Amino acid sequence: MASQEVLREESNRASFVNDPKVRSLFFQTLVVIVLFGSVWWIVQNVIDNLQRLHIASGFGFLKGRAGFDISDTPIAYTSDDTYGRAIVVGLINTIIVAVAGVITATIIGFVIGIGRLSQNWLIQKICTVYVEVFRNIPPLLVIFFWYSGVLAVLPAPRDSIHLPFGSFLNQRGFYFPRTIWGEGSWLILVAFVVAVAMAWFVARRARQRQMATGQQFPVFWTSVALIVGLPLLAFLLSGMPLTFDLPKQSTFNLTGGFQVKPEFLSLYLALSCYTAAFIAEIVRAGIRGVSKGQTEAAGALGLRSGPILRLVVVPQAMRIVIPPLTSQYLNLTKNSSLAIAIGYPDLTATAGTVLNQTGQAVEGVLIMMVAYLILSLVTSAVMNVVNAKMALVER
Amino acid sequence: MKHIAFGILGAATLGFMASAASASTLDTVKAKGFIQCGVSTGLAGFSAPDDKGDWQGIDADFCRAVAAAVFGDGTKVKFTPLSAKERFTALQSGEVDVLSRNTTWTINRDTALGLNFVGTTYYDGQGFMINAKKLPGVNSALQLSGAAVCVQSGTTTELNLADYFKANKMEYNPVVFEKLEEVNAAYDAGRCDVYTTDQSGLYGIRLTLGSPADHVVLPEIISKEPLGPAVRQGDDQWYHIVKWTYFALLDAEELGITKANVDEMKNSASPEIKRVLGQEADTKIGTDLGVSNDWVVNIVKAVGNYGEMFDKNVGSGSPLKIARGINALWTKGGLQYAPPIR
Repeated sequence: MASQEVLREESNRASFVNDPKVRSLFFQTLVVIVLFGSVWWIVQNVIDNLQRLHIASGFGFLKGRAGFDISDTPIAYTSDDTYGRAIVVGLINTIIVAVAGVITATIIGFVIGIGRLSQNWLIQKICTVYVEVFRNIPPLLVIFFWYSGVLAVLPAPRDSIHLPFGSFLNQRGFYFPRTIWGEGSWLILVAFVVAVAMAWFVARRARQRQMATGQQFPVFWTSVALIVGLPLLAFLLSGMPLTFDLPKQSTFNLTGGFQVKPEFLSLYLALSCYTAAFIAEIVRAGIRGVSKGQTEAAGALGLRSGPILRLVVVPQAMRIVIPPLTSQYLNLTKNSSLAIAIGYPDLTATAGTVLNQTGQAVEGVLIMMVAYLILSLVTSAVMNVVNAKMALVER
Repeated sequence: MKHIAFGILGAATLGFMASAASASTLDTVKAKGFIQCGVSTGLAGFSAPDDKGDWQGIDADFCRAVAAAVFGDGTKVKFTPLSAKERFTALQSGEVDVLSRNTTWTINRDTALGLNFVGTTYYDGQGFMINAKKLPGVNSALQLSGAAVCVQSGTTTELNLADYFKANKMEYNPVVFEKLEEVNAAYDAGRCDVYTTDQSGLYGIRLTLGSPADHVVLPEIISKEPLGPAVRQGDDQWYHIVKWTYFALLDAEELGITKANVDEMKNSASPEIKRVLGQEADTKIGTDLGVSNDWVVNIVKAVGNYGEMFDKNVGSGSPLKIARGINALWTKGGLQYAPPIR
């Protein structure tokens, strides 16, 4: 007995060093100390060096008057506003181009991706060529292609191309009439909201009815009729309170109307086309990933090819598609910083100008990094929610 | 993108630079054997590479003058082309020793940015250029309301532009690019109606356009743009060397010392000329500064005096043909004035 106890004690003493738990705790603590130590060292060094070089530091500069103008201002901004607001304008521009790009890229991507699986030889080849071309060109070149190759060679403002509905296209961008809503137009908005609510309600009832009785209801067409019809009715009833501000020729440019600048257009088109090529491949992989038996089983149940795709294949494909899709959305958002090459005032451009006017490089770069980080994290979070909804629900 | 890289580089450099006081700029420059000079990415007359890849222009020559003062050899310079956005970070982080890049001297840059401007090598002002063929009848900047204006970002130009249009209650459409070449290309392609930058720059840029004769520079000058070299704060010796290089160029012109006659001038009867050229007995005219006593001789031999430098690069001897105007010496009705070397 005694000898056994001695043995156990010895093995205990030895295991203090060899104990995996203690060891991992020790090394983790060590890593944390080294990591924080080096971060602290770098931060201290930055502060020391900034002071030694007599460079102003801190974030107080954000409250200073910016003094420069920005070409695209989605929120009110003049040169009298602060540096902070200028950065916010840039951030909103980044978000606008990212959101617009994500939507368009997704649509193009799905069309091309499904097109690549088409039985039609021509469609299949066109889609393949699209993917291979855009996937293999750096996004910056795609941007330059749109900016210098397509939009810059359009005619000067004096010789604008006339398009239907009072729109114009020239090298300064795309101009279309701006709608001016008169008195009583709130009625139309109310009608629209009511119509959307009703459509949602109809869809819910229709689903319940189908579950209970198996009878179907033309939800889609009813919704379209509601959403188009009700606001139209309100529009007519309130006496058509809508006028247009048409673009007109002036000394230098077209004035009036709504102008979409070539910088935005080329960035938006380039990012959409480029990312769409990747999304197309993801979609194709997703659809291919659904076992063929699923399609055959659905066919055996008597479904036609449309409903098979819509009800059986796509919902299952989405589970495969969404996670890599998220990465593409993040890439698109980050690629939007290439805007600087063509002068679209996105976050990188405006924060860069602020950085240069104030000379506070450390703070400026920090703001940009944090802003992009937050944008990406928000995108990820939204896509995770979508992913969770799409995931296999076990009953 | 590049300025971001620069920002991060700058931040990283600031982060990893030894916190102990580093060696003086003069010592580091002497140790590496050349001066790293920050110039523009290509502005005719100021700093632009010629067809052999050598940097030409008044700003490039100024760096050669500093090299001549330090090493007695004007070729010991390496040039770093910098965009408007990159320039200050590059100087702050020690990437370049001198920033000689048509940079406007302002209080903000002199204080909050940690720079020291040494003087004004070129008195400039901001102007506007338009394509007269496309816009007949426009002959004043006050007619520019509603125009699309091309401008380089991160410059004082961008700020003056906003101020000028605001003060005159005019509207405009800014078309902003980071690099000079991008602004030039956009203006040449007709993306904007007006090009604005320092007037000297406009003359230089006009030469590079498709058909220079079509473009006119409008008469208005809307700002003061004293362009000059800058160094980092906190190194008085280096600051003095660069500053007195500039003064030496001016004093040489005032005393009539030229590239051609500098050797015979050493034996001049004038005690002032002999003193400036370091020919006095037991002189400390250069050693007090940290350079050799014949530093002025070296400078003039390398690049000539200020007047010669001006004529060769932007004046009558250059395609730009800019008149001396306010850049003449004070004795000839201009603003260029240097304290005496004694």
